[in-house]
Amino acid sequence: MTEKPVDDVTFTIDGQEITVPKGTLMIRAAEQLGIIIPRFCDHPLLDPVGACRQCVVEVEGLPKPMMACTTTVMPDKAVKTHATSDMAKKAQEGTLEFLLINHPLDCPMCDKGGECPLQDQALAHGSNTSRFIDQKRRYDKPVAVSEQILLDRERCVLCARCTRFSDQISGDPFIELFERGALEQVAIYEDEPYESYFSGNVIQICPVGALTSTSYRFKARPFDVVTTPSVCDHCSAGCTLTVQSRRGEIQRQLARTNMAVNEAWNCDKGRFGFTHLTAPTRVTEPKLREGDDLVTATWTQALRTSVAAISAAKDAGPGRIAVLTGSRLADEDAYAASKYARTVLGTDDVDHRTRFAPSTERDELVAVLGRDTASYAEVEAAPIIVVAGLDAEEEVPILHLRLRKAWRNRTARIVVVGPDLGTLDELAWRHLPTAVGGEAAVLRALSGDGVLNGPGSEVAAALGEVESPVVLVGERAGAGSITAASLLTDAVGGSLAYVPRRAGARGAMQAGLTAGTLPGGRRLDAADDRAAVEAVWATELPEEPGRDLHAILTDAAAGRIDVLHLIGVDLARDAASVELARAALTKVKTVIVQDLAWNDTVREFADVVLPVSGRQERAGTATNWEGRAQRFSRAIDGPDLVQDDWEILLQLAAILGQDLGFNDLEALRAEVDRLGVRDEPHAMPAAAADAKLEDGEAAGEGFDVVARPLLLDNGTMLTGATDLLATAREPVVVVASSDAAELDVSDGDRVELTGGGGALTLPVRVTTNLQPGTVVVPTNAADQPAGVLADRDGNLRVTLTKVAAEQPTGEHSQEVA
Amino acid sequence: MELPPVLVTTLTFVILALLVWVLLSRTVLGRGFSVPLRNMFRPVETSQYPEKPRPVAPRFHGRHQLNRYADGLEKCIGCELCAWACPADAIYVQGADNTVEARYSPGERYAEDYQINYNRCILCGLCIEACPTRALTMTHEYEFSADQRSKLVYTKDQLIAGVPPGGDETPHTDRQVKERGLNYYGGLAVTPPTLHGGTYRPAGAAPASRAAQVVPTGDLPISDEQPTDPATVGGPTRRDPGRDR
Ligand code: SF4
Ligand code: SF4
Ligand code: SF4
Ligand code: SF4
Ligand code: FES
Repeated sequence: MTEKPVDDVTFTIDGQEITVPKGTLMIRAAEQLGIIIPRFCDHPLLDPVGACRQCVVEVEGLPKPMMACTTTVMPDKAVKTHATSDMAKKAQEGTLEFLLINHPLDCPMCDKGGECPLQDQALAHGSNTSRFIDQKRRYDKPVAVSEQILLDRERCVLCARCTRFSDQISGDPFIELFERGALEQVAIYEDEPYESYFSGNVIQICPVGALTSTSYRFKARPFDVVTTPSVCDHCSAGCTLTVQSRRGEIQRQLARTNMAVNEAWNCDKGRFGFTHLTAPTRVTEPKLREGDDLVTATWTQALRTSVAAISAAKDAGPGRIAVLTGSRLADEDAYAASKYARTVLGTDDVDHRTRFAPSTERDELVAVLGRDTASYAEVEAAPIIVVAGLDAEEEVPILHLRLRKAWRNRTARIVVVGPDLGTLDELAWRHLPTAVGGEAAVLRALSGDGVLNGPGSEVAAALGEVESPVVLVGERAGAGSITAASLLTDAVGGSLAYVPRRAGARGAMQAGLTAGTLPGGRRLDAADDRAAVEAVWATELPEEPGRDLHAILTDAAAGRIDVLHLIGVDLARDAASVELARAALTKVKTVIVQDLAWNDTVREFADVVLPVSGRQERAGTATNWEGRAQRFSRAIDGPDLVQDDWEILLQLAAILGQDLGFNDLEALRAEVDRLGVRDEPHAMPAAAADAKLEDGEAAGEGFDVVARPLLLDNGTMLTGATDLLATAREPVVVVASSDAAELDVSDGDRVELTGGGGALTLPVRVTTNLQPGTVVVPTNAADQPAGVLADRDGNLRVTLTKVAAEQPTGEHSQEVA
Repeated sequence: MELPPVLVTTLTFVILALLVWVLLSRTVLGRGFSVPLRNMFRPVETSQYPEKPRPVAPRFHGRHQLNRYADGLEKCIGCELCAWACPADAIYVQGADNTVEARYSPGERYAEDYQINYNRCILCGLCIEACPTRALTMTHEYEFSADQRSKLVYTKDQLIAGVPPGGDETPHTDRQVKERGLNYYGGLAVTPPTLHGGTYRPAGAAPASRAAQVVPTGDLPISDEQPTDPATVGGPTRRDPGRDR
């Protein structure tokens, strides 16, 4: 079938002919020809509005001047811009003169000065003089729209970019245009603070200095910053960023346009969350434990102490060392850690997760690597998106924006599977509630293997009708969910993605940082995989798959492990069972920690502390949830004594008399390339037959807990970001309305949650979007992480007790059962 | 032959004058003596530097000075335009917020740090042309020499002018400024912040945040009278008090 370009329109701009699809805006067509029409309100990712009247062009044959940003192309018309039309030029000059009438022109103290579209366009397209002689409009300035955004209403040109962004893109329409005429102004609603995880974007798209950030305020000018492209390390979205530093200190981070990933946006965590690198909590020197204190040591001493402990543990027999990595590592570090554990330490006891994953997950993660993963583009185009065990706004915010875009532009139907609707309440088309961990059963039922209730069968019917739906499975989805999701996409078509939260998770999976897996989607128990890796590594691999995190911690707590080598993981806070983790860390002889910050693990348990460089202080590669690898480069120098994680492993290996086989990143990457990925991907494991379809009340006493991370919490990578943290959401325990009625609690009441491992007191928020018998607790936003509630197996089951409100006068809250 | 006495006298003088001229201009000794002789009749050129420095041309480009208003507030707002204009990259400015409790300059911004590196400066004066507040001017001081390069990096305390009589050392508080009848946050006929019938939530939720420090709180009264525009409070300071160190 040949496609006839019936839908193309041919016309001329400034005498140059161009053919574009029908419906294209004139301003976009002009851009294709390299003709730049001045504009303020127009933004390619926002709906056209025609608010600023700057983009005037003349269209031959039409009596009126036209706005290039709202007018679609017309066949055979001759469009003339300011370059060829006196009328357009005069109109543009007039608009600029009007804009500047009420503009304070305080460029010298304006943060936008030097990168201001109004300055630039006034220079390029404005007239030299103004005829305005009266008193300008004056407002109090600045006003705080939120803790991180200041608004200067005098400078606003009423382009409505910010209000359209919060309405159309982020969906937090707290910022709006009020009043009319000369007094029209951007403002927030009286009782609703501007609360958004994406608020930093309005600063970046404001074409004037009306919205500025508190953290960058007056810090630098565009000409004195060094700009380095980078990739965000806060979540697996993999947003491309621009890091701007002055005299070796990061001043600000901006979203770098990458239409395939973050478009032109990023979230506030990525934008403002860089202060941990210079915070007082940063680990800057190697330390060794002497009694209760950590004392400064030289690198030689620290490395030798580590090696002595490792050698002793190796001599004591197999299985006495384990390597646990968090998921913040760059891909190169993950690979180095994987090789280091297997070849130097001779162990397969590695894990990159902090949760206690079901045993089937290992094979699922390997199989996921071999499949085509859904991409942002597929999410955007999908007619139905099934989301299980994932709260994208809190975990992978840019994915949330894509879900929202799909929902808004293409009316994608979003189906949430899981106990909790979370922040998708506005977008969700159907919620298929399950008990905690029951996602797999519903996913399987959707693919035809099980019984469904009303909404479930609606979803199943809809899935049968559409092409290429997308299934997104998050970390919290229960055992067997990835397999179930793959069965679903096999049955109805479309694509699947496993969306872990943290930035290095996918890289760790690819590097084989899970016991029983090997780099490149390989498995330790497959002979051909072992042979392939052994050939490149020139070593014998351990035969038996190693232990996962839960087994490692249990054995460590029982004294069966001597050395825990932790690379970027704060077990004492983040582990699924804090109690077990602390018991393990107390019991093992030596805890070697490579980390950025003085976290609980470092302070209380580390015997050797090795300082490492942060994302902006080094080069590397990051792979996001899509499996898209992106390079980042060094933007600033770290503290003098820090080293990259992979360099440290290289040195430890060298002192232990082994060669990791690479001395720089290039060689390391070449080795990863040589290893490649497995030709024929491993299949998903067979669906576990025992996954039961549960959507009724959970049995027994108490509540099942969904431990859900909040974007802005007590994570050590947000240390020092005061303004950012001031916009964090309040940590609450979310309780289903029927349970709340039974417990006689309402919004704001404080309840004590008591679980197998400990207790936690939090205010209540009541919702109807939650499976009864379940509560949602923030992982790390309250004084104590949710992991304190878990028993040693990571089971999260709690009882709720109402706590009396704090006495207005007293400092201590009295507990009344 | 008897020569007339007048002629004899004249000839004698002519011969003597010729002899003197030959002696002074044609002999080594004479040429040497002629120099002091000639200079005895010239004005004295010796200057008593460094005891008595000579005045320089009125628009001479010497060391920079950061000026103050009559009340002592700094004129520099830390805008970095001078640093931007400098062809030698000799200026470093770090801006910061004026807060309600510590105000250094009118408006929102002041120079927390200001340095000129006289190892680099070519005294071209482009910076003072760029300065929008006439904060930066150049004095007549030209004595730049030091035995260490670092001593040629002049810091703000070396560059800033002394507090004029009657003024106060910075920082001032906004209350002091108000008492002078000034309001540096757009005090001129402020259009009421109509907010759809509401008020802005003060940024007090996190007292440690910057927003809470820089946003003026409501407790400062806004005067109805037309306050003087800050730019007219004491014109550009042209005095040249030299370094008051
Ligand atoms: S928004 Fe632009 S034109 Fe307006 S004061 Fe700021 S820099 Fe100057
Ligand atoms: S969405 Fe994730 S990757 Fe993107 S800026 Fe935010 S934290 Fe960083
Ligand atoms: S006088 Fe010229 S070289 Fe010296 S600081 Fe000013 S602009 Fe730079
Ligand atoms: S001296 Fe003038 S140009 Fe330089 S920062 Fe201060 S106000 Fe700006
Ligand atoms: S850009 Fe066209 S009206 Fe604003």
